Amino acid sequence: MSAGTFVPAPGAAPIGRMILTQAGLETRMLLRNGEQLLLTVIIPSVVLALFSAVDIIDTGAGERVDFLAPGALALAVMATSFTGQAIGTGFERRYGVLKRLAASPLPRWGLMAAKTLSVLVIQLLQVVLLTAIALALGWSPHGNPLAVVLLLLLGTAAFSGLGLLMAGTLRAEATLAAANLVFILLMVAGGVMVPLSKFPDGVRTVLEYTPIAALSEGLRDVLQHGASMPWGAAGVLAAWAVVGLAAAARFFKWE
Amino acid sequence: MQQHPPAVEVAGLVKRYGTKTAVDGLALSAAHGAVTAVLGPNGAGKSTTIEICEGYRPADAGTVRVLGLDPAADGAALRPRIGVMLQSGGVYPSARAEEMLRHMARLHAHPLDVGELIERLGLDSCGRTPYRRLSGGQQQRLALAMAVVGRPELVFLDEPTAGLDPQARRATWELIRELRTDGVSVLLTTHHMDEAEQLADEVAIIDAGRLVVRGTPEELCRGGAENTMRFSGRPGLDLASLLKALPPETAAIELTPGAYRVAGTIDPELLATVTTWCAQNGVLPEQMTVERRTLEDVFLELTGKELRS
Repeated sequence: MSAGTFVPAPGAAPIGRMILTQAGLETRMLLRNGEQLLLTVIIPSVVLALFSAVDIIDTGAGERVDFLAPGALALAVMATSFTGQAIGTGFERRYGVLKRLAASPLPRWGLMAAKTLSVLVIQLLQVVLLTAIALALGWSPHGNPLAVVLLLLLGTAAFSGLGLLMAGTLRAEATLAAANLVFILLMVAGGVMVPLSKFPDGVRTVLEYTPIAALSEGLRDVLQHGASMPWGAAGVLAAWAVVGLAAAARFFKWE
Repeated sequence: MQQHPPAVEVAGLVKRYGTKTAVDGLALSAAHGAVTAVLGPNGAGKSTTIEICEGYRPADAGTVRVLGLDPAADGAALRPRIGVMLQSGGVYPSARAEEMLRHMARLHAHPLDVGELIERLGLDSCGRTPYRRLSGGQQQRLALAMAVVGRPELVFLDEPTAGLDPQARRATWELIRELRTDGVSVLLTTHHMDEAEQLADEVAIIDAGRLVVRGTPEELCRGGAENTMRFSGRPGLDLASLLKALPPETAAIELTPGAYRVAGTIDPELLATVTTWCAQNGVLPEQMTVERRTLEDVFLELTGKELRS
């Protein structure tokens, strides 16, 4: 390096470039992480393929894959937006990554936008993969694709808010444990693999208001039963999104 | 030459955590285009002060101006103009060294050439290594590279050479000197007094959240306490006869058999008196050294010798 190399020439890159480069880095970090891939890719795929092919659980009337495919899509959204994001962001906070980025030209809202973009990219890959597996297993989806997209986006917002709330308030290890526990509980009891009708009435009413049940039942209404737009499920997801994102914005600690 | 306002100007700064006062009316300034070193025992308030300047936390009282801006209110305008090196961390564990540096470069409008910077800091052999597998020294150098890659006007370096081997330390010093030559203002904290003596145009010693003293390293070392000279010779010399020849206020002791120390105002005259006395006693003084007061001596005098938690 020659004399004059370090002569100051400060300035932020254009905001669009900052967000895209950040989203690219976040996506590469997610794809490079083996545990995350297990959670986001392998588990939903296995749930879909195994329980569709083998008669282990009673999924009610109709083809098993028609019941399971919407559940697997909901599970994929929860894995990426909630569990993956909570754990990833929790450790970024622990390792000072968030702190370092907070001193960079990238504004905080830009970092959040990049994280959202990266979550959406991963979920797009998941949807493509799960759709391919389901179609190979004889899935016959119905309904309005726009309603499906809207539900997936509302689910992403709801789970992201809750995931970031957890990441920004708990210690990284606590987040790791709690996010995995919640994932397993909601996978079993959230209408993903087991129909909610199998649960006692009182429990079922509570479960219906969880974001995972709203998302999997909402997707099922459209994809399995051909409903145009399940407003009830959309409303539950929207409410979780507002509460979760507002609480995350209020309580998130960057260090 | 154009007159620049200070890069950092802090007055009456107060920061409390609960009932503990971390910074207690601190005054600090860092001149434009200079290297300013902040020294202080652990818990003196160095990191808190720097983090307030970086915009990480608000002050409870006092004024803070960084490049003329208030970091709490004008963070968005300030951040592109500063470079920050944290004491540790700051990188995704699975990010590769070069990948992370390229990423930081892309967040800036006119970054340095990443390849050259990597080579310059000796990171070329580990450019593809994930951060978590870098050695401590490599992690430090990457953090330094991340602080300068955006061509900032001012860099904050929190203990930039902690844990570095002597070669890497020298390379870091060289880079800091070059930053200064090119007109970048540097505010650093360190526990290495020799680092402050080597690099700093101005040193500020803080303790218990207050400024204790500031000045150039020369100014701080010149004033106050005495200097010492040491020599070795035959054990058991009659120091009483030496003391008679020396000015009052001078002390001479035999530290260990054959190792002597004279403390006082060591000037050429005194040196001549000692060597003459040695000649009269048939002693060849070996390993004769005159020790200037070091910054470390000043530091310990001002902040005490007891351990800090």
